Amino acid sequence: MLKQCEGSHAVASAVAMCRPEVICAYPISPQTHIVEGLGEMVKSGKLAPCEFINVESEFAAMSVAIGASAAGARSYTATASQGLLFMVEAVYNASGLGLPIVMTVANRAIGAPINIWNDHSDSMSQRDCGWIQLFAENNQEALDLHIQAFRLGEELSLPVMVCMDGFILTHAYERVDMPTQEQVDAYLPPFVPRQILDPAEPVSIGAMVGPEAFTEVRYLAHAKQMQALELIPQHAAEFQKIFGRDSGGLVRPYRCEDAETIVVALGSVLGTLKDTIDEMRDAGHKIGVLGIVSFRPFPLQAIREVLKDAKRVVVLEKSLAVGIGGIVSTDVRMALSGLHLHGYTVIAGLGGRAITKASLHKMLQQAMRDELEHVTFLDLDHNLVKRHLEREKQKRRSGPMAENILRDVGVVAARIA
Amino acid sequence: MPFQPVKFYQTGTFTVGNRLLAPEERTVQANMQRTNGLNSGHRACQGCGEALGARYAIDAAMRACNNQLVAANATGCLEVFSTPYPETSWQIPWIHSLFGNTAAVATGIAAALKVKGRREVRVVAQGGDGGTTDIGFGCLSGMFERNDDVLYICYDNEAYMNTGVQRSSATPPAARTATTMPVGVEPGNVFGQGKNVPQIAMAHNIPYVATATVADLHDLEYKVTKAMGMHGARYIHIFVPCPLGWGAASNDTIKLARLARETGLFAVYEAEHGEVTSVSKIRKRVPVEEYLKLQKRFVHLFGKTPATETIARIQAMADRNIRKFGLLEEEGV
Ligand SMILES: Cc1ncc(C[n+]2csc(CCOP(=O)(O)OP(=O)(O)O)c2C)c(N)n1
Ligand code: SF4
Ligand SMILES: [Mg+2]
Repeated sequence: MLKQCEGSHAVASAVAMCRPEVICAYPISPQTHIVEGLGEMVKSGKLAPCEFINVESEFAAMSVAIGASAAGARSYTATASQGLLFMVEAVYNASGLGLPIVMTVANRAIGAPINIWNDHSDSMSQRDCGWIQLFAENNQEALDLHIQAFRLGEELSLPVMVCMDGFILTHAYERVDMPTQEQVDAYLPPFVPRQILDPAEPVSIGAMVGPEAFTEVRYLAHAKQMQALELIPQHAAEFQKIFGRDSGGLVRPYRCEDAETIVVALGSVLGTLKDTIDEMRDAGHKIGVLGIVSFRPFPLQAIREVLKDAKRVVVLEKSLAVGIGGIVSTDVRMALSGLHLHGYTVIAGLGGRAITKASLHKMLQQAMRDELEHVTFLDLDHNLVKRHLEREKQKRRSGPMAENILRDVGVVAARIA
Repeated sequence: MPFQPVKFYQTGTFTVGNRLLAPEERTVQANMQRTNGLNSGHRACQGCGEALGARYAIDAAMRACNNQLVAANATGCLEVFSTPYPETSWQIPWIHSLFGNTAAVATGIAAALKVKGRREVRVVAQGGDGGTTDIGFGCLSGMFERNDDVLYICYDNEAYMNTGVQRSSATPPAARTATTMPVGVEPGNVFGQGKNVPQIAMAHNIPYVATATVADLHDLEYKVTKAMGMHGARYIHIFVPCPLGWGAASNDTIKLARLARETGLFAVYEAEHGEVTSVSKIRKRVPVEEYLKLQKRFVHLFGKTPATETIARIQAMADRNIRKFGLLEEEGV
């Protein structure tokens, strides 16, 4: 059924149709609308049987989900930014214990300086935590990926993060095709846990593991993600059969066939990129886009397959590995081992800075002339930076950096347009 | 039930000999059919009060719920010594997640059981004083405030033992720990303001709060059984001497626990919905020195020039407890 609704609402509806049994909620923008929606459904009895628990922190949210999942309940939570960092110890614990919790991450920048707007720093910081990470391009895909996430996670006994751009998707009103309960039930079987806390069959979970077995246990975490590389396309194909939509999968190439230049990106920016590439194609440039849906596991082979005949790759990422440059680009380079092509890292959209078609055109033209710097900050105001560095040179007590820059910028409501 | 007829009175203690009691009044521990929830063969030190307390508490809880029990356990000595895998001492479904999240994990288990309609299965959470009064405090308070159906048991040995005896917020003033060495002008732990978690639990007005020691098995089992008969958030704080961390003889564990109560340093009471409902009276009041002297962590107080002032301050703490809780017979509650 077609419906015009907010991204958060679409996700809440999809999660509800997955029949979660325990939901933990803690407020943080831009995730809040999702759990608010679910909370209302549970309270009104529309979503039952389900326990909705208002916890006192994100650390508790993930911990409650851990207990619930270990006791055999399908468990869900959502967070973003500071909230994801606050729960990190439990995030690792959930994957280490092999508990198939599903969590939405409404991607948002990490402070300081505190910033509520979108980028990918939060979930990228958790790239090695053992969770599967799927990135949605639009609200339809966000909705669909949640349904696939429960199926995938439970089949592998691994937790899954569905990452969707904060505000850009969570707060956007878009048309989505809302599945029926029957479709979801046909796709997602009931949760049959591999391990469960049950007095009828007492087990100990979470024992200390020493050097004699730790490597093997960790290797299994990796091996399961390698299994996910096979399952994700299979699940997407089955999804298409039941829902009639092509959603999910490992990667999404767009006009890459004969492309000499390919831009790699994740999330909602793919929409803007596709429009830009269409225009550049019209102007005769051989250029394409590769969207990564599955960031963990990272589909090295699938990416190599798409990029291997290109002359250059531009990785556009909404996160920054301070001190080196890109996070995604480092991974993409792994996929290109032995191939000779130009690689560019473009850091863009940090803290919600808009990524405009105009800026993309300019940057991609430079890239096609191989005039781009290897690590480029899209739309960086060099003057502001210089001015601050100068201030630090002039004066020892130069004051707090972020506040100085804001003063230099002057009164402009947050530069998001 | 195996039944032995009366033979003798226990001497030198105030413990009622089990054998004097009718079979149904005897302790769970005295019953050969006890579940041994925490079974023998674990790696605790000789005389470990925590191992004793956990066994008493879990066996009593098991009997109270017809063996339908699930436990969540914080990181700490109890977790480490009980699960040297492939061996585990736990005869019950048991999960260890992290150091500071045990109350929340238990909340999750209780929620799952509720949603599955398994109301007969009960949940306990357990942790050391560090895992309870410090790092797990936020999750504990959240669990209390929501009145989740969890019995949380804190095994208080007054320091972070598993990591080598460091100070926690439950460490008493003047005590030597690895991070409060007996050097400088104020040797040992500082005289802070204290952090009385049973009282803080009471401030949440939860259905049941109790303190107990491993010296009084009947009382401990009674409290666990009573707690298991209730629903909602319940908290039991058990005083468990640690021979290794306190520098005490292994065979003094019970004696030290008894002295902690008899000096007034550890008040034994129960409370319902924020109000004290019963207090274990001191039977034979003793000065704090008798308790302190048995432990190397206080040995610096008894050197060539005894730290009389410090000892007096500790005595004052005991006296305050005695006044506050009415621990002496004549003072009443
Ligand atoms: C987040 C975190 N911080 C620190 C530790 C290290 N640690 C493990 S057990 C422990 C001490 C436990 O003390 P307590 O809770 O009092 O239990 P005890 O060992 O005394 O029974 C510490 C500090 C940890 N495992 N996790
Ligand atoms: S260090 Fe203390 S608490 Fe830990 S096992 Fe030994 S006696 Fe028990
Ligand atoms: Mg301790």
